Amino acid sequence: MTARTLLGLLVAGLVLAALAALPLFAGPYAVTLMIGMTGYVVLATAWGLFSGPTRYVSLATVAFFGIGAYTVGVFSETLPYPLVLLVAALIGLAVALVVGLSTLRLAGVYFVIFTFGLAELIRQLVTWYEVNVTGTLGRYIFLPVTPEGIYWQLLALAAATFLFSWGIGRTRWGLALKVIGDDEVVASHCGIDITRLKLALFAVSAVIITLVGAIQAPRWTYIEPSIAFNPTISFLTLIMALLGGADRLWGPLLGAIPLFLLFEWLSANFPNHYPIILGLVFIAIVFLLPKGVLAAVESRLRKGGAR
Amino acid sequence: MLVTALLSGLVLGGTYALVAMGLTLQYGIARIMNLAYGETIIAAAFLAYVLFNGLGINPVLGLLIAVPLGFVFGYLVYGLMMRPLVRRAKSRETLEIDSILATFGLLFVIQGVMLVFFGSNYTSYSYLNIGVSVLGTTIAANRLLAFALAIVLGGGLYLLLTRTLWGTALRAVAVSPTSAPLVGIDVERAARTAFAIGGALAAAGGVVISMYQTFTATAGVVFTMKALIVVIMGGVGNILGALFSGLLLGLVETFVATYVDPGLTLAATYLIFLAILLWRPAGLFGRSAR
Amino acid sequence: MKSLQRRHVLRVMAAASALLATGIAPGALAQDRTSVKIGYAISKTGPNAGGAGITTLPNYQLWVKDVNDAGGLELPDGRKLPIEVIEYDDRSASEELVRAVERLATQDEADFILAPWGTGFNLAAAPLFDRYGYPQLAVSSVTDKAPDFVKRWKRSFWMLGGGHDYAGALAGLIKKAAADGTLNTKVAMISVADGFGIDLVTAARPAFAEAGIELVYDKTYPVGTSDFTPMINEAKASGADSFVAFSYPPDTFALTQQSQVADFNPKLLYLGVGTGFPVYGKNNGDNATGIMSLGGIDPANEANAAYRKRHEEVTGQGPDYWGSVITYASLQMLQEAIKRKGLDREAVSAELSAGTFQTVLGETKMEDNQLRTLWWTGQWQNGQFVGIAPADRAGASQPILPRQAWKK
Repeated sequence: MTARTLLGLLVAGLVLAALAALPLFAGPYAVTLMIGMTGYVVLATAWGLFSGPTRYVSLATVAFFGIGAYTVGVFSETLPYPLVLLVAALIGLAVALVVGLSTLRLAGVYFVIFTFGLAELIRQLVTWYEVNVTGTLGRYIFLPVTPEGIYWQLLALAAATFLFSWGIGRTRWGLALKVIGDDEVVASHCGIDITRLKLALFAVSAVIITLVGAIQAPRWTYIEPSIAFNPTISFLTLIMALLGGADRLWGPLLGAIPLFLLFEWLSANFPNHYPIILGLVFIAIVFLLPKGVLAAVESRLRKGGAR
Repeated sequence: MLVTALLSGLVLGGTYALVAMGLTLQYGIARIMNLAYGETIIAAAFLAYVLFNGLGINPVLGLLIAVPLGFVFGYLVYGLMMRPLVRRAKSRETLEIDSILATFGLLFVIQGVMLVFFGSNYTSYSYLNIGVSVLGTTIAANRLLAFALAIVLGGGLYLLLTRTLWGTALRAVAVSPTSAPLVGIDVERAARTAFAIGGALAAAGGVVISMYQTFTATAGVVFTMKALIVVIMGGVGNILGALFSGLLLGLVETFVATYVDPGLTLAATYLIFLAILLWRPAGLFGRSAR
Repeated sequence: MKSLQRRHVLRVMAAASALLATGIAPGALAQDRTSVKIGYAISKTGPNAGGAGITTLPNYQLWVKDVNDAGGLELPDGRKLPIEVIEYDDRSASEELVRAVERLATQDEADFILAPWGTGFNLAAAPLFDRYGYPQLAVSSVTDKAPDFVKRWKRSFWMLGGGHDYAGALAGLIKKAAADGTLNTKVAMISVADGFGIDLVTAARPAFAEAGIELVYDKTYPVGTSDFTPMINEAKASGADSFVAFSYPPDTFALTQQSQVADFNPKLLYLGVGTGFPVYGKNNGDNATGIMSLGGIDPANEANAAYRKRHEEVTGQGPDYWGSVITYASLQMLQEAIKRKGLDREAVSAELSAGTFQTVLGETKMEDNQLRTLWWTGQWQNGQFVGIAPADRAGASQPILPRQAWKK
């Protein structure tokens, strides 16, 4: 390990500690804001973890997010909390493996639509099961988890996600991942089973997303499929990751934070015109920052350096 | 019971087919994944509502107003928003992602404008809501009309695309956008025309749907999704495929509702869709090599 | 020694007065405040916007206008302060709602927060209302668990009853009509696979069984179903005199149209949410007559009639016949409680819980933090949707059975 990476880790650790200490001196609204923001940062980063290198645009985010949330709804009364999270992660993993094995040969827009359909399918099946087997639809979650607790859990998850993302970039697999999006044949020459690698990435990304859902769910008290499987979550995650630049470690973070704050500001100040402004912002992003914020900043810097 | 299910399935499927044909043109020929497609449909539905309730113009005549407007709208959207993206795109993948994002933005803009004008209320009006007896079963006249319109428009479009030089040029672009210019086809113009026709079909679909279905300003996504499913099932850019899979989807929904459980209709839709994707990723009518 | 004692006494007094000052801070602040902040987060976009835009939002707007036109909210000392509205869009997402309510409570320091739309959303918001001490007047939520909720969240009020109430009333109605020989004891029932439908259908099954009613067809359909022909045909073939659908607005409209097309004429036709929408009466005209649903009004109540007229004038649309008037009444209760107790939320909550109020519903009073004087079943009669059950409630209309066949 070089001195530079050590320094980097140290700085990251300090930032993390500072963020973790935030609830101690900031108000409850700040904590709420941070929960939402950290949630989307993790979602977008986890999304980028799989979709960045493979260029598979996935809309299955909410499928896993919802699985996490719903698992908490089902088991919150019967199992201790850490075990609930574990069960959620395992279910997410199992679904991800089944889905990954069957779909990773689909390409381009077919994969996009498939993942969207998957989210809807899971939602319909959960609804049908609840209606016909258990006879109730809503699930109550009365867990004694404080907002601070949720925030800290999300923060830990964020740290783990970044660590994983960063760590994998330093391995042989990382090398294969760098070329996988451009040319799978070249990538396979790194001596790596590409399919297995893609599957593994999809699974890890899915488990992280599942955990976000599971951690956030206690905030809502009440869960039903339409709440847990809200398709906007998939879209927002996608947009955030792409805005920042999905193929870079910090890209999704840089997309999630400004967009999240923008949405918050818009819904507070322009509740009636929120969709219009949101839409215009989107279009502007596509036209002005086609490769994401990070790439734009980098090219700007490079130009400045050359001058 | 069987005949009833069969007929109402076909009639339901007719609407799906009509709606999906426009999207398959937009995606297959213009290469634009238009997520705002459903919003165009809803906008046309509101137009039909205003024409019918405010001016007393019946929806069939309303089509004459809505369809040209839809065409112009599609033409403008392509010219202003999509063309720069197409020109800039290095590969099909980048264009796909860019168009998903840009039309996602457009979705919100259109929806927002409709919310400002019409609010978020459920909107519907009653037109031709009388039973017509077909083969011993009663079917709503407005749905039957929708079915007829779908067949006429779909059939007409199919003939246009297969029997005219102009249509052949469009199809050539769908099959091979890189070699089409070699035989003197203006790809950009073909794409823009296809996108505009897609807009016109969306408008037609919206007017037809408004005749018998309740809609809200925020309901567009549902139509986009249904249309996408039909498009993928039928094979991208394939008019006949869209027509056939639209009807198939309607039949599946009705049969599941009648013989299995109404609660599983949507699940069955998605299941079939996923199965087709896995079994034939290019769709039932698509060529396996793209 | 003496001086020390005095100092001690002084210190205690200072501390006490400081304590008192904080205790009465809202009152003290009210002297120099110029407005009352009322906040709410509601679904202006997304799938819930349709429901919220009919029952809840117009009434919030109407009430604010009514109050401000009259000079503002009256306080116990007779002063009037105008309402300052803080409005957020929860985009039909629980997480957004939770954040918006938190923001209203801690960032905007709203004096009162109005309830969001929908059962799930009221539950999502309830812990926050409770934590920050706001009374929550949850109207647009039908839940049988209200008695539990009021124990868990002391300042929550549930004002639209539960599935058991509505299902029980309907079962009683059918039982009585069957005893008269007007209907047979068979019922065909469908329900939407979502919160409302499930709640009602799980309550209806035992209620029907208890009343000796046979369920000959009982199916659930997913949200977004647009073609009900298969279900209508099954129900038609089932031989039931009564058809019950616990449906959402688009389904209700579609069912009405498609039943006409199929010439499906059950003697008792009961449809779900949307039947009480003004547009329903407008679109169906005389054909609406005899159709039953949840809610209703007392046609002889003049205050309610005046409210309906004003609602239409101000918001440009009529109120629905179920939750709208209750929403407006809940706001009037809040207004009156503020007039009696000021801006102290604790006192206002206690007053809401114990007091009796004059509202557009007439004399209104909570029982165990729930509004129980409601119309469980209503029916379209002479262009109005009137309450028919409970039949012993003052102002109840007589049910018309069997329902007339569709006119073409």
